[in-house]
Amino acid sequence: MANEPASSAPTNPLLVFLSRLWRSINVPLIAILLALTIGGLILILSSANPFAAYFALFKGAFGSLTSFGRTLEKATPLILGGLAVAFAFKAGLFNIGGQGQLVFGAIVSAYLGYSLTGLPFPLHMLIALLGGALVGGLYGAIPGALKTYTGAHEVITTIMLNFIALNITDYLSNGPWKDTGIVARTPAVLSSAAIPRIGQIPFGFFVAVLIAVLTWYLLYRTTIGFEIRTVGFNPHAAKYAGIKVSRTVILTMIISGFMAGMGGAIETLGVVGRYQPGFNAGLGFDGITIALLAQTNPLGVIPAAILVGAMQAGSSQMQFDARVPSQIIDVIQALILFFVSADAIVRWILRSRKTDEDKVTLSTGWGKS
Amino acid sequence: MQAAGGLDKQFNKAMLWYWGRRGVALALVLLIFYSYWQNPQLTTGMLNAMLRQSTPLVLGALCGMLGERSGIINIGIEGQMLLAAFVGFMVAATTRSLIAGVVAGVLMGAILGLFLAFMAVSLKMDQIIGGTVINILALGLTSFFYQANQTIPGKLPIISLGPLADIPLIGSVLFRNPPITYLALILVFVVHYALFYTRWGLRTRAVGEHPRAADTVGINVYRLRYMNVIIGGAMAGVAGVFLSLESVGSFERAMTNGRGFVALAVMIFGRWTPLGAWGAALLFGFANALQTQLQFGGSLQIPYQFIGMLPYVLTIVVLAGFVGRSRPPAAVGQPYETE
Repeated sequence: MANEPASSAPTNPLLVFLSRLWRSINVPLIAILLALTIGGLILILSSANPFAAYFALFKGAFGSLTSFGRTLEKATPLILGGLAVAFAFKAGLFNIGGQGQLVFGAIVSAYLGYSLTGLPFPLHMLIALLGGALVGGLYGAIPGALKTYTGAHEVITTIMLNFIALNITDYLSNGPWKDTGIVARTPAVLSSAAIPRIGQIPFGFFVAVLIAVLTWYLLYRTTIGFEIRTVGFNPHAAKYAGIKVSRTVILTMIISGFMAGMGGAIETLGVVGRYQPGFNAGLGFDGITIALLAQTNPLGVIPAAILVGAMQAGSSQMQFDARVPSQIIDVIQALILFFVSADAIVRWILRSRKTDEDKVTLSTGWGKS
Repeated sequence: MQAAGGLDKQFNKAMLWYWGRRGVALALVLLIFYSYWQNPQLTTGMLNAMLRQSTPLVLGALCGMLGERSGIINIGIEGQMLLAAFVGFMVAATTRSLIAGVVAGVLMGAILGLFLAFMAVSLKMDQIIGGTVINILALGLTSFFYQANQTIPGKLPIISLGPLADIPLIGSVLFRNPPITYLALILVFVVHYALFYTRWGLRTRAVGEHPRAADTVGINVYRLRYMNVIIGGAMAGVAGVFLSLESVGSFERAMTNGRGFVALAVMIFGRWTPLGAWGAALLFGFANALQTQLQFGGSLQIPYQFIGMLPYVLTIVVLAGFVGRSRPPAAVGQPYETE
């Protein structure tokens, strides 16, 4: 029995797997519970019954096949928005510009979807989808280039670019790309460009999951991914090791913007069917919560996005059944973001220490690039 | 020889900067007088709008500056302003007292400053994430608790400073303003004095540049950072109640409209100094005033959306042009650990 490990660490592969799984999800899980608890206290303060509210929320998100389909539908752009933020985090970049990249992706895909005629179904859809994503990527390249060449911090430039994108898309959908009629919106996309549904489940959801898996592969199994992670870990060391830091930063922002743009394109082609102002406002912030809830892991983004998507899908039921304003969802999301980032609190509750594996390099300070 | 040449170059650059600034200032003053001579009403109106539009920006910049000078990035100014604007409005609406609203809003800003300090100093969270938490929380809380059909008893009134207000041009621009606009001007000079001529200012700058060294000589780094971020939050609160109680007279969802972020650009453009930030805020205030003028003056045929994005484009241009050339406090963004 000398070969047996001295510690009490489990050797059974299943137990090893379970303990690893627990280690990777314990912080997000406790964070969610704490956020729901405080959200419940706020509900009590505003004289509502938190149990009734959360029950209605759950029912609205998972109660039937239709509502589950809606949860996945809401989760689809959230997966891509979360991936956009998580992916940029890997290179030490904080992309708050998901909103701007997304609305550009949305409006361009709508434009391609209604203006190109005579193309057969899957081809037209692919062109509209990729066209939207590509423009999102190009819009993401701007803050990347500004950061590398001028040192302007991406947090401010991406937020400013969000406002600029809102103005430009507002102009386009109320000007040159406007539908006939008085409502400011583009014409509906043609059926040859629409993303279909499989029963209750939107096909776009599978595309988003596929992108998440591809992102994981890109980050952990390719040279580019290694370079991106190295730049995020320590840009000076990366430079010393011969990695072209500025090229990597811009490339990361292009890919990040591409994913956000695709989120907008899928939502446009699969759900809304056209572009209109006010499209999916707030997704940029949702992406931050999701990325950090997933501890910036591309595969973890999927369950995190489903969770947030479920809250969004169930919020109208909650408003209807329990008479609770649906905006409580935003408060709970902010609290989740707080507890998941303030992992010192959660780890104190769990009495667990931070290991090197858990450390996530996030943003860099001003002007240091 | 080479070293001397370098010094020479540096000297020339400094001279150019010195006289260049004075030249620009003189040209601006002449331009203002010329346009006043041409159209007094429009000129006074524009300058007035510029000053008032710059008020929340300079207050936000002072908030950011107090934090960053002591080593804490505050990206949550937007949220601090928004929640303060909301609380100030709600308290004014329920108590029917504008003064109570102002006090409550400023207090709210200070509490959010405390929250940011708790996250950044005590929990050693990523400071940019900490600020983002405040921004998202403020947006959610204000939408959740918002009630339509609330009104406040008027807006903070304009106070004319006696005979000073009767001076042509200068009087009506500088001495005929509502209270928070005056307060912002006073705060610019107070913070300037405090930052560069008091013991607190010296300590703040030391903590922002080299917290370890400051700690060694007995400065309590944590306490100072807490204090600065809380005072900064109060100033963001002043900016918030400016929006809801002095400028607009009501509360609207997300009414800060990115001003908290623009304020950070103003701070950087002003090289982390109060007077510089004031100048930068006036520039942005002018862009805003111009935007309003173009939008409603109706003399130009440009879609309003393009005019509407002027301040945001200006922010990016300023950041791109100046962030590399001005140096932030060395320890900004880094949590400090006592030994």
